[in-house]
Amino acid sequence: MLVQERYREFDPAEVRAVAMELKGLEGPLLPILHALVDRFGHVDRRAVPIVAEVLNLSRADVHGVVTFYHDFRQEPAGRHVIKLCQAEACQSMGSDRVLAALETALGIRMGETSPDGRVTLEPVYCLGLCASAPSAMLDGELHARLDPVNVLALAQEVAA
Amino acid sequence: MSRVRVFIPQDAAALAVGAGQVVARIRAEALTRGLDIEIVRNGSRGMLWLEPLVEVELPQGRVGYGPMTAAEIPSLFDAGFLQGGSHPRGIGLVADHPWLTCQQRLTFARCGLTAPLSLDDYRAHGGLAGLAKALQMAPAAIIEEVTRSGLRGRGGAGFPTGIKWRTAAQTEADQRYIVCNADEGDSGTFADRMIMEGDPYLLIEGMVIAGLAVGATKGFVYIRSEYPHAFKTFVEAIRIAEAAGILGDDILGSGRVFHLEARLGAGAYICGEETSLLDSLEGKRGTVRKKPPLPAIQGLFGRPTIINNVLSLTAVPTILAMGGDFYQEFGMGRSRGTMPIQLAGNIKHGGLIERAFGLTLGELVEDLGGGTRTGRPIRAVQVGGPLGAYWPTSLFDTPFDYEAFAARGGMIGHGGIVVFDDTVDLAKQARFALEFCAIESCGKCTPCRIGSTRGVEVMDRILAGQDVVHQINLLQDLAEVMRDGSLCALGGLTPMPVMSALTHFPEDFDRAQSAQAAE
Repeated sequence: MLVQERYREFDPAEVRAVAMELKGLEGPLLPILHALVDRFGHVDRRAVPIVAEVLNLSRADVHGVVTFYHDFRQEPAGRHVIKLCQAEACQSMGSDRVLAALETALGIRMGETSPDGRVTLEPVYCLGLCASAPSAMLDGELHARLDPVNVLALAQEVAA
Repeated sequence: MSRVRVFIPQDAAALAVGAGQVVARIRAEALTRGLDIEIVRNGSRGMLWLEPLVEVELPQGRVGYGPMTAAEIPSLFDAGFLQGGSHPRGIGLVADHPWLTCQQRLTFARCGLTAPLSLDDYRAHGGLAGLAKALQMAPAAIIEEVTRSGLRGRGGAGFPTGIKWRTAAQTEADQRYIVCNADEGDSGTFADRMIMEGDPYLLIEGMVIAGLAVGATKGFVYIRSEYPHAFKTFVEAIRIAEAAGILGDDILGSGRVFHLEARLGAGAYICGEETSLLDSLEGKRGTVRKKPPLPAIQGLFGRPTIINNVLSLTAVPTILAMGGDFYQEFGMGRSRGTMPIQLAGNIKHGGLIERAFGLTLGELVEDLGGGTRTGRPIRAVQVGGPLGAYWPTSLFDTPFDYEAFAARGGMIGHGGIVVFDDTVDLAKQARFALEFCAIESCGKCTPCRIGSTRGVEVMDRILAGQDVVHQINLLQDLAEVMRDGSLCALGGLTPMPVMSALTHFPEDFDRAQSAQAAE
């Protein structure tokens, strides 16, 4: 199943409903933004004033929070997302060689989305799999003990 | 034949190396062969090089096989593993494995033995004994017990937990909060993740006790979004604990109140810093607050707040159940109790070891860890995450202890040890430390925000062999400014990996000489 099929088109009424549903929490903004990403795949800029109004915050406050955190992407990602760990434990087991192999296989560099929108390759700083390094997450599924050869299975998975 | 119980972990580190496929294959194979088995998804024992570790429950104990692949499962059945038959992957009785027999597991006593979400398992293995005791005690007596245990903050700062609790309890307020810092962002650490996935009720129990001690009726657990499995397990554990009356308006029939909420981080390393975490929980950018006021006096939403690491809070039930004196008998010097140490990176036997403080670095990585996974000599280990020092093998006699590490220019941090073999370039590692600080800086203070970026530029010139002597002077100066002038540990400790690399591995920075030698 392609990941993007899960995501819904932007709908202001739905954004408002999500914000209204969670506004009663203590400190509701992060849970609301997470809910928007879960639903729409990213935080659309048109959602910012709606959330701001529901929470009685300024747009700048909401924009500031959206842009602070890596998770709240403002553009849609590729249909598949590969997060490859680039932190020290993975470095010690050759994550740079794994990255090079993956970049070659996918035809994109770290941080890019393929032109056909099929896959996004992103760094992550630690998945907590540091005794089984290097590690990666593909669409929420974990993979560890990677090397430049077995990582190609991930590239094949997103090509299928 | 009676129904045999087979254990396969659902810990993320087991799933990442194919535990799910192993389970599917075992089910299918048992069905084909007409064998009646019960599969239990347990937490991990912490012997991560053996994952996926398959265990079979037999009269003499649990017999283990690992690391298993799905393809090898038919041969496991052929070998009669359900009766403990011998197989090349067999490791015998798991409880007798030297990795486990050498440990002193207090916090991780249950992890790997039980089904994480089974409250029956939790109770049967000593769970809730600490809470039951705490419910009989006056709040001040609970704090006294924790103080007597000598427990210090396991997140890295090492601040005495009992004193923090007393401060919050003595501050007048209409509400107090318990916040658990589960934003375990340091590379090389996974103890918080393992305990949340493998024994989540322990953290709930510790937080309820903290609430009783300081008079807080609300708690939050801030779990990083890179840990979706831990988050899911923990949310489910809260739901079950509420239904069972361990959380809610009438804790175990005592009439006492404690509510708990799990919150997801959003991919910012800085939110592991306690004041950034509080701002993030409040729904703001995760920027650092200046201290004072201390969070114990003015924390979440301006109320007195206990903010403790997962490992501090999960030590508490044992302290209450067994007594502070029991706990403080473990350890050395001012480092009392046990520490879950995580062996990671390029290591043959990677995983989690819980022991009293005091083992040396060499004993940990060479004797227990078995050296590197690549088989090459160890050149350096980084202890305490991205802000921790790089250690050469000549300092492997350093005992694992807060003060002993500080005396030699390092820190134990959250107990993570990342091993590097002789192919590592410490100048590149120093550059990475600065680059990571630049990416993750919250931007509030200048030494961290600007210093990290300038540091990367200086390191680039050193790596290119340009004007190296002058650049190293500049780097030392910059490190001093960041260390002394930053608002929090991110900018303040980034110099630690940089300067330790320079001090212990100067040859890696001497690019001019190597550039000349090449000419």
